[in-house]
Amino acid sequence: MTKDKEPEGITLTPEQEKARRQRNVAIGVAIAFFVLLFYVVTIAKLGPGVIDKPF
Amino acid sequence: MLRITRLRNDGRCLCARSTDLARGIRCGRIHGFGLTRHIYMTFLSQVPSAAISSASPSDYFSLLKPRVMSLVIFTALAGMLLAPVPVNPIVGFASLLAIAVGAGASGALNMWYDADIDAVMKRTAKRPIPLGRVLPQEAQAFGLTLTLLSVFTLGVVANWLAAAFLAFTIFFYVVIYTMWLKRSTPQNIVIGGAAGAFPPMVGYVAATGQFSLSSFILFAIIFIWTPPHFWALALVRSEDYRQAGIPMMPNVRGSDHTRLEILLYTLVLVPVGVLPWLFGFTSLAYGIISITLGGTMLFFAARVFAVRTGPQADRHAKALFGFSILYLFLLFAEIVIERLIPIVASFVAQVIG
Repeated sequence: MTKDKEPEGITLTPEQEKARRQRNVAIGVAIAFFVLLFYVVTIAKLGPGVIDKPF
Repeated sequence: MLRITRLRNDGRCLCARSTDLARGIRCGRIHGFGLTRHIYMTFLSQVPSAAISSASPSDYFSLLKPRVMSLVIFTALAGMLLAPVPVNPIVGFASLLAIAVGAGASGALNMWYDADIDAVMKRTAKRPIPLGRVLPQEAQAFGLTLTLLSVFTLGVVANWLAAAFLAFTIFFYVVIYTMWLKRSTPQNIVIGGAAGAFPPMVGYVAATGQFSLSSFILFAIIFIWTPPHFWALALVRSEDYRQAGIPMMPNVRGSDHTRLEILLYTLVLVPVGVLPWLFGFTSLAYGIISITLGGTMLFFAARVFAVRTGPQADRHAKALFGFSILYLFLLFAEIVIERLIPIVASFVAQVIG
């Protein structure tokens, strides 16, 4: 009996891998920028006093 | 690689089967002056591996139409600077960024919907979707995500009236202009031009939370500037538009009629361009610059009207197209500069003092 061949799945070409890595980096940078932007805007709108607010 | 095959003219298209769509094949219908054409696009390179993208970040960036985006940033900044209240620079920057991303989102959605005609036209054939680097549904998802992101960011950062206005602008450009007017009437860019003219008003609303006559005047300048600007290009590229089946003015009403309309719109544009000075929200310098630039633009438009045949005619139309960009850029640059000078001066004084 021959064993069924393992499915190989999809193998990315070097070009596709490079493109995927670049897209991932771009998404990472965009999210980091977005987080920083919201932080800075929060400080600008509410001022540093936001930390002293009573809960 | 992209293969385009025109199919039958009888209103039926064989290619819109779901299996084909899953493999990256899209059927596009083009309506225009009595024609219904069907265009069959096959992204050959993507058929075996439609799910694996080889798009780089720069492909996605070009979906945002960066050049349009930079003009939007510029005009929105002018609108923002007209605000009688000073805007916090960080809040102003974040608002401008949200408006710019909103403009980019509408660009991506436009490229998603118009991929079929973009593939036919020389000017747009190298966009990421016709090249097969980005799938239409990827551009659609990208555009919709950025729409939500930009609208909600503007709402949180500035105010919700500005966010609603930005959402309306995107809706106007994508649904009213791209999906409806562009393929159905030669007035497409006249009415659709409003989408490109809204940014100064959005900028003003983001800064103040209300509408104003001054930002409406900036809207009017861009709105009236759009037809002569686009029709000058359409005169030169009319064959391209004809092939794609888009009912631009030169294809529907003829080149002579278009030349007349270009001249008439320019005649209205010149006094409208001077209004910011007449209404007193810009200086005399703006008045002088706008009259000089308006006179020059009128000269270019009159030349397009007068010279109608031969290579000279095309050259004059291209010259008008080029100058129209300079005209709008310089008018808004003047407003931005004269509003920024006192802000920068007071900032420097604060730092020194």
